[in-house]
Amino acid sequence: MNLHEFQAKQLFNRYGILTPEGYLVTSGSQARQAAKQLGGKCWVIKAQVHTGGRGKAGGVVIVNSLDHVTNFSCKMLSQRLFTHQTITEGLPVNYVLIEKLSDIRRELYISVLVDRVSESIVFMVSPQGGMDIEAVATKDSNEILNLYVDPIVGLQSYQCRRAGSFLGLIGMAFEQLQVLMHSLYQLFTENDASLVEINPLVVTERNSLLAVDAKLDLDDNSIFRHAELGTMFDPTQEAESEVVAKKFGLNYISLDGRVACMVNGAGLAMATMDLIQREGGEPANFLDVGGRTTPDRIAEAFKLILLDRKATSILVNIFGGIIHCDLIAEGIIQAVRDIDILIPLIVRLEGTHSNLGRKLLSDSNMSIYISQDLTSAVKQAVKASKE
Amino acid sequence: MSILVNRYTKVICQGFTGKEGTFHSEQAMAYGTNFVGGVTPGKGGQIHLKRQVFNTVHEAVECTGADASMIYVPAPFAADAILEAADAGIKIIVCITEGVPIQDMLRVKHALNRRNTVLIGPNCPGVITPGECKMGIMPGHIHLSGKVGIMSRSGTLTYEAIDQTTHNGLGQSTCVGIGGDPIHGINFINCLSLFEDDPKTESIIMVGEIGGQAEEDAAKYIQHHITKPVVAYIAGLTAPIGRRMGHAGAIISRGKGAAEAKLAALKDAGVHITCSPAEMGKRLLDILGSSN
Repeated sequence: MNLHEFQAKQLFNRYGILTPEGYLVTSGSQARQAAKQLGGKCWVIKAQVHTGGRGKAGGVVIVNSLDHVTNFSCKMLSQRLFTHQTITEGLPVNYVLIEKLSDIRRELYISVLVDRVSESIVFMVSPQGGMDIEAVATKDSNEILNLYVDPIVGLQSYQCRRAGSFLGLIGMAFEQLQVLMHSLYQLFTENDASLVEINPLVVTERNSLLAVDAKLDLDDNSIFRHAELGTMFDPTQEAESEVVAKKFGLNYISLDGRVACMVNGAGLAMATMDLIQREGGEPANFLDVGGRTTPDRIAEAFKLILLDRKATSILVNIFGGIIHCDLIAEGIIQAVRDIDILIPLIVRLEGTHSNLGRKLLSDSNMSIYISQDLTSAVKQAVKASKE
Repeated sequence: MSILVNRYTKVICQGFTGKEGTFHSEQAMAYGTNFVGGVTPGKGGQIHLKRQVFNTVHEAVECTGADASMIYVPAPFAADAILEAADAGIKIIVCITEGVPIQDMLRVKHALNRRNTVLIGPNCPGVITPGECKMGIMPGHIHLSGKVGIMSRSGTLTYEAIDQTTHNGLGQSTCVGIGGDPIHGINFINCLSLFEDDPKTESIIMVGEIGGQAEEDAAKYIQHHITKPVVAYIAGLTAPIGRRMGHAGAIISRGKGAAEAKLAALKDAGVHITCSPAEMGKRLLDILGSSN
C-alpha cells in the first residue's frame, strides 16, 4: 500500500524527522491562504498522487506570487496527472501540498527497503540526490552505498557514521544523520514499511538536514496490525477494477491487450499471459481467481473483465486441484446465464474431474469453446479476439 | 529414495482443528501420509480426525516423535508457529499460509539460520513424495511415483508440470513448492543439491517466475554442480515493470527480475528451456530420449 507524500511526512514528523513547513489544501483559495500563512516570497506546489516522476509531468511547481499559487493549484486540482509510471488514464489530484521553498546547499538520497537477496533491511545512501536513483546506479555505482542491517541486531551507530562519512557530511548535519537513520529504522520496522525513500534529503545553508520529499510504501500483508495506517488508503489512486477486485479477494491487474484471461494461481496466470503473447495476441489483464475459488468468485471475475470493456475475447484457464472442475463449470454456466457476455468465451479445464466439467459445459448448449489442451485454447482465444 | 519427506516422516499439523488444517490433514491421511497428530492451542487433549490434539508443538513432539509439521495458521500467527516448530526440534516445517508480513519472515529466516531445520514456504503448495508423504494443498491423485524432481515458485503451474510428467509416464521423485514470497525458506539451490544426491531423481524440472534473482543463482549452481538434465520454464515474460503479479515476490522492481535475464542465465548454464508451460513434460521426454 502506497501513502501520499503528505501522509508520509506526517509520519516522519511523528518520528522527529524534519520536513518543510507546509499545508495540505483542496482548492485554489485554500492554497492562497496557506501561502500567506507560510510567508516568504517563493512556494512549492506539489500534487498529491501515487506516482514517481511528478516533477517532469508538471506535478511539482515553484512559484513566486500568490496569484500563481492560486492559479497553479486550481489547474493541478482540476486535471489528472500523467507520468511514465501511471496507468493510462492518469491519476486524479485531490490534494495539493503548499510548502515554503527550502534553501538548499546539497541534495542527498536515502532510502530503506527489504532486500530479498541478502534477506535483510538495507539502507541506500547517495550524494546524488534529487535525481532518479536508478539513473545514478547505472551511471556510477560508486555513488551509492548499501548498508545491510541484521534484522535481529538492528541498525548500529557505526553504520550511520559510515553513511555520514560517505555522504561527506560534517558538523551538525553529520550528527543529525545518525539520529535521522535511527528514526527511519524505527519508523520502518514499527510500521511494517516495505520502502521509505527521501529524495532529496536536503542539507540547508545552516548545515541542517531536511526531508524535502517523502515516499512510503507499506507491506500489504501487515496492515492488519496497523489499523490507523489502513485508513490512509486512497482508492482514487488505483484503477477502479483493481479496487473492486481487492474487495472480492481477486488478484487483478488491468493491461492494454484484447484477450481477457481468468486463471487459478498467479504462476499459471502469468504463464497464460505469456502464451497469449506467443500466439500473437495481447493479454487484457492479469487475473488470478485463487487456488480454492468458488462459483461466486467466478461470477465476480467475469463482471470485472467486462467492467474493463476492452476485451474482445475471454479465456478461462483452470487447473482443478483441490477444487473440482465440475464445480468450476457450474460456476461458469451460472455466470454466463446471469451476466450478458457478448464476446467469445473459451474455456480450458484440466485436472480433477475435468471430463465431467467439460461435459457439463458442452451439455449446457451455450456458445462456449471448450478445450482440454492449453495451447489450442489460447490459439482460439487469440483468433477470436481479432474477429 | 526421495528428498525431504518419505513414508517414515512423522507429520503433525499446526492449526489442526481449523477449516484449512482439518481439510488438508484429512487429505494427507487419505493419501497415506504418516500423520501422527496435531496442534491447536487451547484444544489439547481432544481427539480430532482420530488423532490427538496438543496445546504445543513441544508436547506433540514428545508424545508422537513427530519430525515434520505443516502449518495452516492465519498469517498473523505464522511466524510464531514456525519458530515454535523449530524450537521443538521439528526438522521439516512446511508453511502453507499466505500473506505473512515480510518483516516477520526476515526475523524468522535469521533465527532459523542458527538451527538445523528446513523451512518450506510460506505461501507455497507444500512438498510431496508421491505414494509416500503429502504435506500441502496439492491434489494427491495427479502424482505418480517416478524419477523427475520438480521444484517451483508457483502452485497450479507446478500441477501442470506434475500432470504432464504423470501422463508421459516419467513420474515424480519429490515435488517441492518453494513459495511465491520474496523471503522464503528452502530455495532452488537447496533443492538442486538434494535432487543431485538423490539416486531416484534422474532429471529435474524447475518452474520459475519473474522477480528476484533465484533463477540466476540457480543457473550458476547448475553450471558447476548439477549433472542431471534440467528443464526450466519461467513465467512472466509479458509482466509489466513495477506491478506485483499476484505473488508478493513476482515483481520486476528497479528493472531487476525480468524473465529474459533469467532465461539467458539458464541457457548459458546448459539448462533446457521450454517457452510453453504446456510442454515441460514433453521437453523433458525429448531430452531424455535423445540422450539414450
